[in-house]
Amino acid sequence: MRDDTTVTPMIRLTRVSYDIGITKILTDVSLDLAPGKPTLLLGPNGSGKTTLLKLLMGLLTPTSGAISNTRDLRKAFVFQKPVMLKRSVAANIAFALSATKRDASQATISSLLRRVGLEHLHDRPARKLSGGEQQRLAIARALALNPMLLLLDEPTASLDPTATKAIEDIITSAANDGVKIIMATHDLGEARRLAGDIIFLARGRLGEHTPSPNFFTRPSTPDAQHFLAGDLII
Amino acid sequence: MALNHIRKAVVVIALLALASPAFAQDKSIVVASTTSTQDSGLFGHILPLFKAKTGIDVKVVAQGTGQALDTGRRGDADVVFVHAKSQEEKFVTDGFGVQRFDVMYNDFVLIGPKSDPAKITGSKDINAGLKAINTTQSPFVSRGDKSGTHAAELALWKAAELNPATSKPTWYREIGQGMGAALNTAGSMNAYVLADRGTWISFKNKGDLGIAVEGDKKLFNQYGIMLVNPAKHPQVKKDLGQAFVDWVISAEGQNAIRSYKIDGQQLFFPNADQAAMKKAG
Amino acid sequence: MRAPFLDFASAIQLLINGDATLGAIVKLSLLVTLSATALAALIGMPLGALVALTRFKGRSAVIVILNGLMGLPPVVVGLLVFLTLSRSGPLGTLGLLFTPTAMVAAQAILITPIIAALSRQVIEDLWTEYEPEFAALHIGTRQRITALLWDSRFSLITILLAGFGRAAAEVGAVMIVGGNIDGFTRVMTTSIALETSKGNLPLALSLGMILIAIIMIVNALAWSVRQWAERHAG
Repeated sequence: MRDDTTVTPMIRLTRVSYDIGITKILTDVSLDLAPGKPTLLLGPNGSGKTTLLKLLMGLLTPTSGAISNTRDLRKAFVFQKPVMLKRSVAANIAFALSATKRDASQATISSLLRRVGLEHLHDRPARKLSGGEQQRLAIARALALNPMLLLLDEPTASLDPTATKAIEDIITSAANDGVKIIMATHDLGEARRLAGDIIFLARGRLGEHTPSPNFFTRPSTPDAQHFLAGDLII
Repeated sequence: MALNHIRKAVVVIALLALASPAFAQDKSIVVASTTSTQDSGLFGHILPLFKAKTGIDVKVVAQGTGQALDTGRRGDADVVFVHAKSQEEKFVTDGFGVQRFDVMYNDFVLIGPKSDPAKITGSKDINAGLKAINTTQSPFVSRGDKSGTHAAELALWKAAELNPATSKPTWYREIGQGMGAALNTAGSMNAYVLADRGTWISFKNKGDLGIAVEGDKKLFNQYGIMLVNPAKHPQVKKDLGQAFVDWVISAEGQNAIRSYKIDGQQLFFPNADQAAMKKAG
Repeated sequence: MRAPFLDFASAIQLLINGDATLGAIVKLSLLVTLSATALAALIGMPLGALVALTRFKGRSAVIVILNGLMGLPPVVVGLLVFLTLSRSGPLGTLGLLFTPTAMVAAQAILITPIIAALSRQVIEDLWTEYEPEFAALHIGTRQRITALLWDSRFSLITILLAGFGRAAAEVGAVMIVGGNIDGFTRVMTTSIALETSKGNLPLALSLGMILIAIIMIVNALAWSVRQWAERHAG
């Protein structure tokens, strides 16, 4: 499927496996990820989506296989349940900026907050925000690192449609600004709305990596067909 | 901004910590003495007079006589002022004190509850009194803290040919605390207790307690004073300490002791040896 | 026993008249205990942070010992300090026995384990919470420690108050090492013990009330500062 794109990959996985003890979490995953529209990561719970994201971020090291980046690839990560620092909204952004060489001026902070629609909550204690607002602040914190690759682990899980829409809009606009998005979701509708291409995982193996329309109209593996049909894959 | 706050806090804390050893230290001596002299208020009366004359601050650490002598033995006091003559003489013989001087006396009194289970109230015979307590198995509180009063109490039992401190009958209760605590305990359990008259007169929580036996010559209570030997402990403030010893046994110090009264009652009777005074002077 | 309240008015009178002796005792109590708390914080907090943030052999043993030392008996601490500072002891030449400095030392030794053990717990709990975000944001070691201390500052203040309360309420150790010398090392607790032994129970009780009131006032002040700071620092 590597020939789907003519652009050089940002990041390449070669036969990557990840085990915890004798439990195999991911087995033999090889794929190239190229700049462009968001890549959506689908698969049932326990299929290895979060592990794959953490491997891509470098938070985990593969048990075997190799991951190679283009040089100086700036990456950022948003956890499914991000932890807010016990500080104001603005101070959370400032803290993330302090880890970079970027200037941490009020203007930078305000512009980041504007990108996620939280500028009106500038001085609010971060832990007092709603779930959706905290997720947006976490995205702003990740954007503060000025990433070329942004990894998101189910950012809209358990959010209402309004909050989900707000986050999807932020993701779309970040993608339009040239940030490569890789995002796990279990929401097929969200994948349809956002994805350029789809990675489908089942039982720790790569099921498919294909442009989004192909996946929904002509799934090539039985696992993917069952998944789309809403069957349990055991 | 956060860092700045932390820096400020650290500076404040450091200043506070540094300030702690900076308590004033001027012309002063440490006197290890007994709870009876302190609790009776004697020091509160005579020390300001001494300070006015000499400018010397006297810091009194009030302990039982045994503990006070030990404080002197370790070199943690400059002067020891206690009431257990034989222990004091041993202290000097062992080389820990320079010379012992008689200062004053008062007397012990046997305190008991109004109910008087041993039927001894009004007696002047301490021997008979203790024997009656033993016979009737009436509760008795002992200091049990190696203080001068404790030593005197043990000597009195011995004179009465009894030894409850060893046989430990249930009516004999050693509390291992000071005079005031012993009186509080005796008051709350209707027990007899041996006390020095000074502490008894000034004691504020008498309740149902009263004097049962007094006036026996055996109840005589002599106080002595001595400078801790600078030959053993070079840091002893020899001159200041000796100045205090000299003043206490001088006519002026003796008058100060004589003039201390509570409710018109004199608590301590000065009896410094005039010959010794001259020798010391 | 007669009701000790009958004489309560006399103690109140002492207070109203601004009795000089009582004032000096209160002042010394505060000076000794605040110095001891500051000293214990200076040692205990970095120690707690160090144990919280580092992994080394025997760490569990250190934690068990620190936690156990929270229950140090004051009398034993007093005795150890006494034997150390006595003229016949190893630090006898300093001449510190029966001085306020000795009392500060005893109280500081008593509460340093409390401050260290509780700080370790608070910082480690926050560290567990923050660690993934710190990793994803590429936060450096020094910045991590600063952020953890800063964000647990309100809990750390409560820990300081716990230490202050324990030191202020303590009588065994300061009695032994201070000697309860009138006008020099006499503090609230030793005054209470002395007045009790003199049978002056109403005065002892009233001094106790004053001590409790002082501890309450210190706590109320700290609470107000915390409220103010939380409102302003988010």
